[in-house]
Amino acid sequence: MAMPGFLQQLRDAMYPPSRKQAILGLFQDAESAATAGDALKDAGVPDTDYDFLTDSPYPEGSLGEREEKHRLYLYPFIGALLGLSSGIMITAMSQVAYPLVTGGKPVLSLPPMAIVCYEGTMLGAILFTVIGIVFESRLPKFVLGLYDERITQGFLGLRVNAEPEQRYEVIQIMNSAGAVEVKTDQ
Amino acid sequence: MQEGKVLPAAQINRDLLRSILETPRWFWPVVSLLGAIVLAASITVGIMINTGLGITGLNYKVVWGFFITNFVFWIGISHAGVMLSAILRLAKAEWRRPATRAAEVLTIFSLMTAMIMPIIHTGRPWRILYWAFPYDFARGIWPNIRTPLVWDPSAILTYLTSSTLFVIIALVPDFAVLRDRTTGWPKLVYTLLAMGWEGNPRQWKLQIIAGVLLSALILPVFVSVHSIVSWDFGMAVAIKSWHSTVFAPYFVVGAVHSGVSAVVFAMILLRWAYGWQDYIRHEHIDALGRLLIVVATGWFYFLVMEIIFGIYGLEGDELAVRALQFLPGDYGVAYNVWMIVFVGITYFLPVILWLPKAWRRNLWIMSAACISVNVGMWLERYLLFVPGQANKQFQTFTWNDYLPQWPEALIVGATFAFVSMLMLLFSRVFPLVPLYDIKEGDILRTEMQVGRRTLTATFRED
Repeated sequence: MAMPGFLQQLRDAMYPPSRKQAILGLFQDAESAATAGDALKDAGVPDTDYDFLTDSPYPEGSLGEREEKHRLYLYPFIGALLGLSSGIMITAMSQVAYPLVTGGKPVLSLPPMAIVCYEGTMLGAILFTVIGIVFESRLPKFVLGLYDERITQGFLGLRVNAEPEQRYEVIQIMNSAGAVEVKTDQ
Repeated sequence: MQEGKVLPAAQINRDLLRSILETPRWFWPVVSLLGAIVLAASITVGIMINTGLGITGLNYKVVWGFFITNFVFWIGISHAGVMLSAILRLAKAEWRRPATRAAEVLTIFSLMTAMIMPIIHTGRPWRILYWAFPYDFARGIWPNIRTPLVWDPSAILTYLTSSTLFVIIALVPDFAVLRDRTTGWPKLVYTLLAMGWEGNPRQWKLQIIAGVLLSALILPVFVSVHSIVSWDFGMAVAIKSWHSTVFAPYFVVGAVHSGVSAVVFAMILLRWAYGWQDYIRHEHIDALGRLLIVVATGWFYFLVMEIIFGIYGLEGDELAVRALQFLPGDYGVAYNVWMIVFVGITYFLPVILWLPKAWRRNLWIMSAACISVNVGMWLERYLLFVPGQANKQFQTFTWNDYLPQWPEALIVGATFAFVSMLMLLFSRVFPLVPLYDIKEGDILRTEMQVGRRTLTATFRED
């Protein structure tokens, strides 16, 4: 079924069409996949143009992948600040709006405010951390790139976005490294 | 030494998704039975709302009975999730892997069940809204934030939201496995839930950091929740035996004690029901048994301290409650007998059963010990809350007692059916053992030769 025109435009705006072609190599073990990755690097393919796809986390650097930078640690602080502000606002405004003077003490009672503010702070921090995890993981991803369901059965995928002129070289590298299958998006 | 063997990813998928891709014959009859119990309890709640709390055993002295006891009990069970998942994740305990998700899910369902208890206990559940939330702009009615009625919802909702998000984030990679293993409309649903997860290094890196970061953030919430629940009682200065300063840590440790025991029992049941012998192994139950000895002893320390603190002040009213709890008397209910039973089945019996390694590896004995702990911990809350209210107090002048009636017994019993039913339904649509966590453990596992022995070990960088 063809995609409606406006959706096509939206998709093109989000994911600009590229002349690069996707190639996916499937490997049975980490060593072969890492060898293919090294060979791609030697062939001049930028490390931003290929990704390893696995069904479980491998120790960082074990596949020779690029180092990933992220700003996840900022999110909880922003969330905590917002949560604390909300907590202060809710507790202070509730007491001011409906003052209960007890024994001549100040209307704003700090110990109970601290409890609600603490929970607000933690809730804000956790909510923003989750938003951060999703956002920094580049999710949701509406268009799944070239993929193979065997990846979640233990195979390792090496997906390359290669220039058309590099296509055959990339396929050859993958086959030499021991790929059980090489797929392309064309 | 680690036990078990490294399994291929395809077999891990097949074994751990069996509960989702194949429906066991017992599944729907069991769920229907549990559902019928929950339905009967729901009708009883309806009758109670219609006729009032007079049909319960609650009276003008003992106003907090079975429902509040059950509320604290389920809050306690909910502490298993963070205890097992967050603390063990931060401590990098390898044996946590098969237990984490079941514990986290049990946390969510226990919290949901716990929240229902005070709501129906009010008799007028709809009023909770303006007691707890600042929403009534039109009439200018605002909640009194000095009451635990506001603290409790803020803490519990924070914990519930956090735990739910924690589970969902950890489920995303497993949704992708399900997306790849299903067809038709289930595939569509899992595709949406997987959000386009493909398992690249960036996504895995964030997933690992997420586990650690969220664990670190949820831990303080975990401690605060049961502390705040304990202050529901601690702040009631008028009721003797309730306002102990040791209540917060006492409640938290007690919650971990009952929660971890519940998770052990749930794991044994799941192992049996779905044939997960390769994943939930004797070594895991053994490790949890050892952990429980430490937790139980910590809890016992606080129990003794709470009693000593109560008696040490030599206040007449407080001593009267303690006499009601510990000495034989003519009060109708022999609290002292229940006290002996409760301490015996919560501490001495299970710890004796957990001490020998062979018994910790016997699933029947472990099940009996864990059930014993939870029956005992339920009794603990009852014996902590009810005698204090039954006692003669300032301006009440009389003694009274509390005899729970059938609606309370049915509703409390149905909460166990409710949580079991939710756990089973969850296991029908989502994996209760995290697939990628098990696979990661297998990747990191290796064998090393020490002298004449070959040992299994797991290597992990810091």
